Parts: sequence; C-alpha cells; structure tokens
Amino acid sequence: MAKPAKKPSKKDFSKDPINKGLTPEQKVAFYRDMVRIRHFEMAALKQYNKGKIGGFLHLYNGQESIAVGSASLMGDHDHMITAYRDHGHGLSVGMNMNECMAELLGKIDGCSKGKGGSMHFFAPDKNYWGGHGIVGGQTPLGLGLAYGVKYLEQEGCCLCYLGDGAINQGAFHESLNMASLMDLPVVYIIENNGYSMGTTQERSSSAPEYLAKRAEGYNMEWDVVNGENIYELRAKLNEVMERARKESKPTLLEIDTYRYYGHSVADANHRDGYREVEEIELHKKNHDPIILFRDVLIKEGVLNEDSVKQIDKSAKAEANDAVKFADASPAPTVEDISKDVYWEVDNKTEAAQNGRYFFND
Amino acid sequence: MKEMTYRDALREGMDEELARDENVVIIGEEVAQYDGAYKVTKGLWKKWGDKRIVDTPISEAAFIGMGVGASMLGVRPVMELMFWSFHSVAFDQLVNNAANVRYMSGGQINCPIVVRGPANGGTNVGATHSHVPEAIFASMPGLKIVSPATPEDAKGLIKTAIRDNDPVYVMESTILYGMTGEVPEDDDFTIPLGVAKIEREGKDISLIAHGGSVAHALAAAEELAEKHNIDAEVINLRSIRPLDQDAIIKSVMKTNRAVIVDESKPFCGVSAQLITLIQEYAFDYLDAPVGRVCTIDAPAIYSPHIENEQLPNKKRIIEKVLTSV
Repeated sequence: MAKPAKKPSKKDFSKDPINKGLTPEQKVAFYRDMVRIRHFEMAALKQYNKGKIGGFLHLYNGQESIAVGSASLMGDHDHMITAYRDHGHGLSVGMNMNECMAELLGKIDGCSKGKGGSMHFFAPDKNYWGGHGIVGGQTPLGLGLAYGVKYLEQEGCCLCYLGDGAINQGAFHESLNMASLMDLPVVYIIENNGYSMGTTQERSSSAPEYLAKRAEGYNMEWDVVNGENIYELRAKLNEVMERARKESKPTLLEIDTYRYYGHSVADANHRDGYREVEEIELHKKNHDPIILFRDVLIKEGVLNEDSVKQIDKSAKAEANDAVKFADASPAPTVEDISKDVYWEVDNKTEAAQNGRYFFND
Repeated sequence: MKEMTYRDALREGMDEELARDENVVIIGEEVAQYDGAYKVTKGLWKKWGDKRIVDTPISEAAFIGMGVGASMLGVRPVMELMFWSFHSVAFDQLVNNAANVRYMSGGQINCPIVVRGPANGGTNVGATHSHVPEAIFASMPGLKIVSPATPEDAKGLIKTAIRDNDPVYVMESTILYGMTGEVPEDDDFTIPLGVAKIEREGKDISLIAHGGSVAHALAAAEELAEKHNIDAEVINLRSIRPLDQDAIIKSVMKTNRAVIVDESKPFCGVSAQLITLIQEYAFDYLDAPVGRVCTIDAPAIYSPHIENEQLPNKKRIIEKVLTSV
C-alpha cells in the first residue's frame, strides 16, 4: 500500500501560545532555515553525482519542518540526537554549511574533520550529539542524554529522532521501557516517512494504525503530528518538551512526513519501484512543508514574492559557497588517521604516558 | 597495607571514587537493592542512595547505551555487566557508540565510562556465560581494556578506570572475587594503565599472563622451580590496551623464552597479539618458539569434570614450559 497523504491539521495551531508570540523575524527565520536545508541537500546531491562524496547520502528533502521546528524550541539544556539522515538537524541547530559540506567531501575543515561523513555530523557545543549510522543505535544514547540532564539536575530534555524503520529495533523498545520506568526527560520522535528503506510500513510494522501507539505498552504518552505544518509541530512538541522538562516524563511522538529522494541516493527503486512517481509528485505538490509555510507567511503578510525570491537566492548562494569552501579545504593526512581516538592521548595527559595504544608495526 | 578480598577491593575503590566525584554513578542489573549479583556493590546503595547506585531492568543494550549517552554530558557512569558474556546483546553500544563516537565527531566528544564485570570460565555455567572477550574489545581502537589479577590490581585499576576520560572496560573474574591479598590503604592509590607488574622475577623463561591466568602462572612457576629447576619470570599485564610492550620485550630479552598464558581462545586472542610483538621486537633473542597456553579451542564446556582442563592451569602451563626449555 502506498503511503497515504498526511491528514490535515484539525485546528489552527498558529494561535497556540508557543506560536502566537512569534515575531515576523522568527517566522522568516524558520522559513529561511528550511530553504537553506533544501538548497544544502540539492548542492550535496550535485556533488555526490559528480563523484565527490563517498559512501551514502541520505537526503532530508520533504522533512525540513521537523528539524527546524524542533530546533526552534530548544533551550540551553535541551539536546538533540538523530540517525543518519542528519544534515537538516545539524543546520537547524546552527551548524554552518561550510563545515557540513566539507564533511561530506571528506575534508579536514568538516565538522568531524572528515572522519565521520554524511551520517555522522556532530556539534556538541550546540547540544547536537549526532548523526548515528546504525538504525536505532542512537535511541539508548538519547536515553542517556536525558539521564544526564536529570542527573545533573538541569531543566531540559533530549529530543531523540528515529525513522519508522527503527521502531522495530530491540534497543529502542528497551529504551522506551527504561525512559518510562525511570521517568527520563526524553522525547522520542519518529519521523515517519512511510518507508523503512524500500519496505512500506505495513510490510515492516505490525501496527494497526499509529506506530507511536506502541508507547501505551510502556505506559508512556504519545501523539501524532502532521509534519507538514510547522505550527502544529511546534505546538505539540512544545507541550511534550515542557512535560519532559518540568515533570521529567518521556513521550513518543510520531511525525507524519515524506522524503522525496530514496532511502539514500543510491536507492534507485524509490521511483516506480516500491512507490509510484505519482505518489512522490502528489506530496511535493500538496504537502511540501516549505511551500505550505511560504503560503501561510504570504497570507500573514510576513513574506512577499520578493522576499521569497531573495531568501531562495541567498540560500542557494550559501550552498554554492559551501561547495567552494569544501573544495578548497585540504583532505586529512595519514597522520590524522590516528588522532581523535583516545582523549587522554590527544591531550597528552599523564594517564597516557604508559604503554602502547596503537599497534601498527 | 591491609588484607582484603578482590571483591572488597573493587567495592572500596568504587566507594572512594563515589566520595571523590559526585558525577560518579553506578548502574546495572541488581547493583543496588540486591547488593550486586556477586556482591561487588554490597552496601553501596544503602550508603549512597538511589541517585548514585541505580538498578536497571535486564536491558543491556539500553542501559549500556544510556551510560554512554550520559558520559557524553560529563556524568561518569560505572556500568556493571553481570557477566561480560552479556556484551553480545549490547555490542552496538559498546563498540559503535562508546568506541567510535570520539573519532566520528573529530574529537569533539569523549566518553568517560567504565564497564565492568566478570569475564572468565571455570564455573560450570556453559558457553553462553563463560566468554573472555578481552581480545574482542582490545581490537577496537578507542577502548581501553584492563584485567585485574589481584586485590591490589582490583582497587588500583578500578579507580584509575573511573578517573580516565576514555571508555575503560574492566574484565574481572568470579573466581578471583574471593581471593585475598594486601592492598595499600591510601585513598589515592591508583595503578596507571599500560604498566605491567613483574609478579615473580626469573631468568629462564617469561610467563606472560593477565587476570585469572596470573595465579596459574605463579603456581606453575613455583613447581617449575621446585621440581624442574626452572626459574620462571611471571608478568602480570594488568592492562591489555594500552599494553606494556616494553616490560614484555625486556623480560623476553632477559630469559630468551616465553610462554603466554591467556584464557582467551587461541585464534586472534590476546596471546596472538603478544606473540606478534615478541617475534617483531625480540626475534634475535629467542632460543625457542614462543609457546602459549590458551583455553582449548572450543566453546566453553559445561562438565564440572573437565572444564578446568579446557582452561589454562598449572599442569598445562608446566607441560608447555617443558617443551620450550
């Protein structure tokens, strides 16, 4: 069965308290960040097709509202961790395009010095903890970030993202149980784009309707969000983040979304293979989070045709400049391979003075 | 110095570190209210309470990953695996996350986590509960592996592990938990990683061991001296990675012969790495091929009648030494 179109929001979430007070500048910033992610991904795809990016490339096109909407709610003690479709989250928390593009191109000025690649972006200074390649493997780490926040007696929470395919991993279920049992301030966010790589939801999950309903088995609150509507996303996410921060209670949110590209760009079956081209076009035309928010902001008088064009142009230029930056950045050296393995060794501490750490010859 | 068991030495080390650093927290199955499956954490929950000593459900993947995640924020979790054998259900967290996250983030993150628990055979619990995974984890750059052989090691190494800013996996032994020995009383007593200890000086052959194998090597050395007039040197590695290569090579250069005593299986076990180093750095000093006494190459047998024969023991070590001299 093809992925059904998103259900329209039932109420006007622009009036929700968390959205009502937004300034026009803030709204434009959300829009701009979504457009920036889209252009970054398009520039990345171009570089991939030129053979300049190794390995996998999982594009975020179609899902931008989720990362941008959630990052907009993060305070000093809120943390974010996600899986391998991680560029949008990184840009949303404030990573710059240069370090992200340089990472994709495997350069030393990349956010991980060219040691992580597309699936492993990190910015701990912005409370962004990656970027993880193993499906569901980040879900216990998200639990741990929430545990850390609680242990350190901070008022905060962890937003831990996963795809609809990851919900069938055992580590995730163990994490849900522990989050609920230990009252940890974690919000697990399923970005449900309908496909677990090339397998539809109905072929991968024995869920009657909502994946998030599984939370009931763990005595945990859950909700479903229409991801195309950034106001709805912010309103619902804010509520559960507040519950996490104030009451230390976890939540499982399922965000209905769609990806325009394949699981990765190497996934040739995504067009007229496991899904019809018409389905992709329908989502692009009627459910694109950027177009929908653009129209809302034009209607609100916050954006106009000129400012839309300007934002688009400037995001595209920023992405192109990032490619230039990445091209100019040097590659890591053979010496760099052995750095960043052990903290004590890198920092030349007393603890690292004895014994052999590396066994190359 | 005071006399105490290996178990008490571990507990005292953790207790002192709990007092020294408020971010140290002990997490694992049955570590709190039950006092630890092997009573290593006995009394700590009563002393330190729910925040510092935390029971978990039987969910190794989630709780080890939770410890890794918390350590990224600066908490210093000391995770107990009831058996290191249970590493297999938490492998992704132990390797992909704890070992790799520093590297994949270009050095932006570090994980000051300790994972500890027993890793030994010899207790008739069959193949699932008798794994000795030092070599598996020592083969993962980013991890540090230590294996205390005595109560002194237990206390000094657990304290060093807790203070270290990288992931340190402490492989203990249920058989050693009741062993008694002298332990320094100093609150600040630690044993540096990467420094081996010469447990017995000798001139005829080097017996290189770690963990539970050290006691077997020492027992063999005594009998070799008494009955065979062979003076064996016994090296207790204490830490597998980092590895005190200098101590090994220096000893082999002196004795010109070596037998590795290693409870790992022979294929790609710790012994395989040590022999590679000896042939590379002490080749011209060797008067005989380097021998090794490992666990016989099969899954751990249950039968109480025979299990000790599968493991390194005094008899097997003496037999091997006699073929080398």
